[in-house]
Amino acid sequence: MWGSMFRWLDPYAKPETLYHLCGRLLPYLMGLALFTLLLGNIWGLAFSPADYQQGDSYRIIYIHVPSAIWSMGAYSSMAIAAFIGLVWQIRVAQWAVLAIAPIGAVYTAIALITGAAWGKPMWGTWWVWDARLTSELVLLFLYLGVIALAGAFSEAARGIKVASLLAIVGVVNLPIIHFSVEWWNTLHQGATITKFAKPSIDPSMLWPLLISLLGFALLLAALTCLRLRSQILMFEQHRPWVRQLVDSMAASHQKEQN
Amino acid sequence: MAFTSWADFWAMGGYALFVWLSFGTTYGLLLGLWWYSKRQHNNIQQQIRAKAAREQRVRQHQEKEK
Repeated sequence: MWGSMFRWLDPYAKPETLYHLCGRLLPYLMGLALFTLLLGNIWGLAFSPADYQQGDSYRIIYIHVPSAIWSMGAYSSMAIAAFIGLVWQIRVAQWAVLAIAPIGAVYTAIALITGAAWGKPMWGTWWVWDARLTSELVLLFLYLGVIALAGAFSEAARGIKVASLLAIVGVVNLPIIHFSVEWWNTLHQGATITKFAKPSIDPSMLWPLLISLLGFALLLAALTCLRLRSQILMFEQHRPWVRQLVDSMAASHQKEQN
Repeated sequence: MAFTSWADFWAMGGYALFVWLSFGTTYGLLLGLWWYSKRQHNNIQQQIRAKAAREQRVRQHQEKEK
């Protein structure tokens, strides 16, 4: 069953095919990401009404919520890639772990920094050691751990395996982050949109938030494409197809210089 | 439009520091990541190209020796 289910994915497990697919998708993803990100953020910054309680400080929501949600989304994708890489020994999945980790780390850092800058005016403090903030900080350390472990072995394949294992184990932190605001008393407010009920936010604020959310998702995809291409080139550099690619690049490079 | 003037917009209802700190660091970090990834990609390409060129030079040299 598994064989037939995943057969359509088979060609994309071939590094060369994936390299070219990512190259073709990259400009579209990057363009769309930039467009939606700017649209959502400018809409939220300048055109959405101010909050009746928080005034204009609430506008941080347009980067805080998307970066926080996708810091967890990136982690899920990285963990799935790690699992596929470990169990089925698909090399491109193993490389995807390395490609995604730094993006997730940056998204997590953004969520933490914007959260601090929002907490100061609203809670009166940059930081508290409560469940939501601490578990998100643990997520940052998990990302940094994956990056560090991957580079800590002289044999790259071994480093990737150990890092993948950490990525999979770290998944337990995701439900802790999500439900932390329900399980423990916390300064952090409950979910606004990621729940099975009507979003507790007015449409005039919800639309720019959803567009910003899409923007961060597209940017995650675009950066993953860009970084995965680098990983593929690096690990495949002794294969004939990379040699041919490099030769044709060198030729066009020379043509540009002449 | 939620603001009446540009000065009004930049002031962010008194929360300018926190709002612009957030957006500034966000776009700074994202641009940094993009630039770093782009540079990494170019470096790898360059390394592979240099290695290929060196191998070709060695091969040419060996042929001349024969």
